[in-house]
Amino acid sequence: MNWTWFHRLGSPPSFYRFAGRLAPWLGGLGLLLLAYGWYAGLVLAPPDYQQKDAFRIIYVHVPAAAVSLSLYVLMALAGAVALIWRMKLAEAVMVATAPVGASFTALALVTGMLWGKPMWGAYWVWDARLTAELVLLFLYCGVIGLNAAFDDARAGARACALLAIVGLVNVPIVHFSVEWWNSLHQGSTILKFGKPAISADMAWPLYAGLLATYCLCGHAILRRAQNELLLRERNTRWVRELATELGGGARVS
Amino acid sequence: MSPEFWKMGGYALYVWGSFGIAAGIYLWNLIAPRLRRRAILETLLDDE
Amino acid sequence: MKALAAIFARELRLAARAKAEWLMPPLFFVIVVTVFSFGTRPNDPQLAAFAPAVLWVGALLAALLSLERLYRTDQEDGTLEQLLVSRTALSFAVFVKGLAHWLLSGLPIVLLAAPLGLMLGLAPPHLGPLVLGLALGTPCLSFIGGFVAALTVGLPRGGALLPVLVLPLIVPVVIFGAGSVRAAQQGLDAGAPLYFLAAILTLTLTLLPWLAAAALRNAFE
Repeated sequence: MNWTWFHRLGSPPSFYRFAGRLAPWLGGLGLLLLAYGWYAGLVLAPPDYQQKDAFRIIYVHVPAAAVSLSLYVLMALAGAVALIWRMKLAEAVMVATAPVGASFTALALVTGMLWGKPMWGAYWVWDARLTAELVLLFLYCGVIGLNAAFDDARAGARACALLAIVGLVNVPIVHFSVEWWNSLHQGSTILKFGKPAISADMAWPLYAGLLATYCLCGHAILRRAQNELLLRERNTRWVRELATELGGGARVS
Repeated sequence: MSPEFWKMGGYALYVWGSFGIAAGIYLWNLIAPRLRRRAILETLLDDE
Repeated sequence: MKALAAIFARELRLAARAKAEWLMPPLFFVIVVTVFSFGTRPNDPQLAAFAPAVLWVGALLAALLSLERLYRTDQEDGTLEQLLVSRTALSFAVFVKGLAHWLLSGLPIVLLAAPLGLMLGLAPPHLGPLVLGLALGTPCLSFIGGFVAALTVGLPRGGALLPVLVLPLIVPVVIFGAGSVRAAQQGLDAGAPLYFLAAILTLTLTLLPWLAAAALRNAFE
């Protein structure tokens, strides 16, 4: 197996160029898919027979909830790579993922609340998934706060990596404990919608929205990782050359 | 679009609220890295 | 082994000299629980329903109070650097420090929980799960908190950051700990959540000293 591509990608300047080439495609594809997904979700899809038009919130809630968890896993994995191989690139990816993941966790929570009001009759129900999502937001905020508290970017990233890994072990335990906690209280009946056989004109916009959100998250993470690399490598030649090239152009125009 | 469409069967506040906030989050994720890039490049140029 | 015993003895000696340090958390615990009662009607029968939550949050806050100093004083007087360069495995030293922290701040809370539970109107048969739960849960607080204290050691704003980082990690402990008392109150089996607590404690004791040692090394590189 030839690993040179991996080493080349791992070097900051080549990753910077690679990300610069990939990000516009991800962004463009994401926006196109999102435009289709939202149009089809809001206009083409028929109202749900039980939830009427309120079900359309699914098209923003589910993608946000899905990426919130995926990005946390990505952040912890990048953190593990950063700790084990001391790879600058993995540190940059980890630090770049945290704000993106946190923003979509917040979105999943807010849309969950807005969906909950018409369906459950209350903005907030201490339902297992919603509660676990809230704890996930706290975990993201912890990583962002810890990273911001360090002056030394590399030490900060490694501390965040340790925290993210402990958080990753914590997430399934939280989920399980909250489910157990919910099973303890009898009486309150939460409206449970079974897994319906979702019709195609309802499902396709959802798949498009999911893919779009992953693409746009990828775009944001690549751009943010580029920023992190610029900061971390600010004293190297490639960054200085890039800065004069880009900055010079910006000053002329 | 018909007024019926904007009413969302009485759920306008929740549906449009959700999509509005979502649009804000997606936009922020597109714009924030760009603004930061500009700020970083400016400080890098000032260093020289 | 000898070195570890020395670290343990040093922790206790330091605590014996600074009595205010380890008397404060249990006192704080008692005050939090008392003030909560003042926020309700006198002899409110519903207080017993909230007792598990109040006692657990009180224990959590009391543990947080003393965690910031776990490594800070050692860092200020240079002991931490000595530990880092010594031949003793750092993770074992961290383990012993966590143990000493629990002995000084966790154990008093476990002992105080039963009388405070009675004050909150908890029925005597429900004190068992409460005390057992705290006995299994407070070491988790010490070790999870110790890991976070190691992450934030030497940071100027570490003190404010510590609770924010600890609380989400401690959620399952609080759920199972307070849950075991509530299960007993509802006539359900209080054993299951206690087993879960024991499982979390095992995980905490085995993994976190090792990760805390990595965090300390990172802070001093």
